[in-house]
Amino acid sequence: MAVNDALAGTHKIIEEAKEQQGGQLVPTLNDFSQELTTLNLGPTHPATHGIFQNILQMDGERIISGVPTIGYIHRAFEKIAERRPFYQITPLTDRMNYCSSPINNMGWHMTVEKLLGVTVPKRAQYIRVIMMELARIADHLICNSILGVDTGAFTGFLYVFQEREKIYEIYEEVCGSRLTTNMGRVGGMERDLSPVAIEKLRKWLKEFPAVMKEFEAMFNRNRIFMDRVVNVGPITAEKALNYGFTGPNLRAAGVDYDVRVMNPYSSYEDFEFDIPVGTNGDTYDRFIVRNEEIWQSLRIINQALDRLPDGPFHADAPHYYLPPKQAVYKNMEALIYHFKIIMGEIDAPVGEVYHSVEGGNGELGFYLVSDGGRTPYRLHFRRPCFIYYQAYSEMVVGTSLSDAIVILSSMNVIAGELDA
Amino acid sequence: MADPTKEESPAAQETAAALDPTAQQNAQVLALLHSLFGEATFTDVHEPYGLLTVTTKREHIHNIVAGLQQDETLKFHFLTTMCGINYPENLNQELGMIYHLHSLVHNVRLRIKIFFPLADPVVPTLTDLYATANWMEREAYDFFGVIFTGHPNLRRILNVEDMDYHPMRRQYPLEDGTREDKTDLFFGR
Repeated sequence: MAVNDALAGTHKIIEEAKEQQGGQLVPTLNDFSQELTTLNLGPTHPATHGIFQNILQMDGERIISGVPTIGYIHRAFEKIAERRPFYQITPLTDRMNYCSSPINNMGWHMTVEKLLGVTVPKRAQYIRVIMMELARIADHLICNSILGVDTGAFTGFLYVFQEREKIYEIYEEVCGSRLTTNMGRVGGMERDLSPVAIEKLRKWLKEFPAVMKEFEAMFNRNRIFMDRVVNVGPITAEKALNYGFTGPNLRAAGVDYDVRVMNPYSSYEDFEFDIPVGTNGDTYDRFIVRNEEIWQSLRIINQALDRLPDGPFHADAPHYYLPPKQAVYKNMEALIYHFKIIMGEIDAPVGEVYHSVEGGNGELGFYLVSDGGRTPYRLHFRRPCFIYYQAYSEMVVGTSLSDAIVILSSMNVIAGELDA
Repeated sequence: MADPTKEESPAAQETAAALDPTAQQNAQVLALLHSLFGEATFTDVHEPYGLLTVTTKREHIHNIVAGLQQDETLKFHFLTTMCGINYPENLNQELGMIYHLHSLVHNVRLRIKIFFPLADPVVPTLTDLYATANWMEREAYDFFGVIFTGHPNLRRILNVEDMDYHPMRRQYPLEDGTREDKTDLFFGR
């Protein structure tokens, strides 16, 4: 009730301020007669976890309007991609949502495979599923533990970061790198799951659930935490859809849209898992949905690992899949293919293809227009962060500054994905 | 790979198309589009990789998206993404906007394209229908210079505000045009 009164008061102040300024709020004006304060949240602020600015107009502790400025780390990926052969675009996708790079890599590879008509063998698809779900867990772990940090609970963050480290060690076994993974190839994986990787994975699968349980025990019913997040920044399902929300943020609002189920890719139809949904789309729901998704991802990884089929780990597509390095040194044909692929002289059909995968933050889409040349004619990334972050300025109106920080981190806005 | 020795008869192909659920759904959507907005509104209807793609004129785009949003049978309630595109060699059709719509209820996707001249890049806004169109249109304005009439806040979004060109247009090559050390006679662009 008190919250509603405060909100009504704020709305009245906003209306009055609007009238005084000719129907429009000027966000950068310090209006002392109204005692409004302009506050620059960002571009570099420890609580934004990335570089983006919000110019907030405050009435005391209440936010009256927020004007977001983005683009601080815009790197022109769509333009650069117009001059890169397909396999050179994979490292660009790494740097979008850098908390879950393997999902971006594989989403891009699957887009190219769809264009080229390459069928990937089951084993490669299952390995992809394992790596993508590991990436989702790493992504959600960061988001949820940082939400804890922003509410003053540092312990959970430090605790689950150890687990993220172990996930990165598994990445290292599979592709050699950790954060910007550049994992896989067009046509499959660059190497098979090694016995060491499988052993590390099995060990982690055995140990992680206990940690996750402890993490949940620390937060889920924690009075202090709940006071900070319950009913903070709610969004209705209609509004979330209208704003183009996808992923955990949309599911927290109660819409069960998940690309993995709606348009299964990479054999997701083989696995049994649930889609958790929330009820009123507030910060607490977003937190709980992400936690539950971690459990579901674990279920998928366990199923995929137990039923991992035998067979090749990449497609038999010599025109598109790089030959093994040893063969390149000894075998003329392999050398020719290696050269052709590296120079981008592959026969790409003329056409356009849209492919989307369920990224850490929602529907990550790739719209590729090919004119048959060695590079895409046009490549557009549907970046979930960019699309749902525009709702932020509406969601923070009427809340306090400390709530705005919590809403921001629960939405998991990743600057790299925001700005491309 | 199609086997040339096993040429299927046209009738067999038709039954195969009728059995394919994606093709069936696309046929339904197309029939609905034709009944709502008239057959002449859409040109260049095709289904690359199973996604129904139609081209229309920019005068109709707002009506079509609004009509599809209100339609009770298919419920296209979700604007997945939109992006600009530039074909400098298509005279008077140099710029384009491509919209991806999604009906979450029936899981059908639809791609709508419009093309218009570079000299007159004016398109009606969709911000009154979809809140999400706001930043997407600002992005298209930023990179392609498409002007959306009725947009509440048409400013650059990712580039600096004092930039005086629209960088994703094909007339701006990625690298300095005067550089000669990177020209490659054999491998083109």
